[in-house]
Amino acid sequence: MGDENAKRGRPSRKRHADSMIEKMPSPDPRKPSAALDEARLRQQAIGVRLRQMFDDVVNEDVPDEFLEILRRHDIKTVENG
Amino acid sequence: MSDPAAARPPRSAADDEAFKQELVQLIPHLRAFARTLCGDPAAADDLAQDAMMKAWDARASFQMGTNMKAWTFMILRNQFYSEKRRSWRQSQLDQEAAERTLVAVDDPEAPVALDELRQGLAMLPAEQREALILVGAGGFAYEEAAEICNCAVGTVKSRVSRARRALHAILEDGSYDRDGASAGDAMRAILADAERLSTVR
Repeated sequence: MGDENAKRGRPSRKRHADSMIEKMPSPDPRKPSAALDEARLRQQAIGVRLRQMFDDVVNEDVPDEFLEILRRHDIKTVENG
Repeated sequence: MSDPAAARPPRSAADDEAFKQELVQLIPHLRAFARTLCGDPAAADDLAQDAMMKAWDARASFQMGTNMKAWTFMILRNQFYSEKRRSWRQSQLDQEAAERTLVAVDDPEAPVALDELRQGLAMLPAEQREALILVGAGGFAYEEAAEICNCAVGTVKSRVSRARRALHAILEDGSYDRDGASAGDAMRAILADAERLSTVR
């Protein structure tokens, strides 16, 4: 038990050096943060295209039909009501 | 059927006019949402017109000052699914709509990126597609999208996140490629995955 406390509370110089080495930057060659950034960028690109697709239709001229139907229906409602 | 409007205080002509002005401004958005549900532009405009008229007829039940865009989108969506329910269950993969969308985008003038995206979207289950479109393109908050789709906020969040992942994978794989030999395999895998995910609830 005393050994355990010594490890936790008062690490030797050597142990300290070891744990510093363990905390060195990840040796993973794939660099996960870069991969995440790229995935995020691609998701953003999809998001931009998605909005573009939607906005393309929003920006189209509304066919006269729509207002015509609303106007005609309006008259009918007034006459019936 | 009783008329719920009958019990309400009479609406003034000014109320109707204000409602109509706001409704007219929403027509472009209703058309865009309908297009994403139907694929076919003519069918989409029919749907948007029906929704517009239903909204107009129900104007007495709308609280002015609340979110009319979300309210009309909900009407449009209900209209779409009530028509659709006659032929197949809502939760099934919307293969027919996917095929119609593929036909509709077979336009040589269409920008390649959008063409790919439309085809990718067509491969998603309908409930994921609509959630992604409402939040990702329609500018709705998760809470509003949940109201429109009549489901829990968490459900919308999970659908959007699945849709994003699936769409990303589809576009990465190039499985949208019309002439790609691997398109069939990728499509099968994506549909199987979407089906598997949708059963885990």
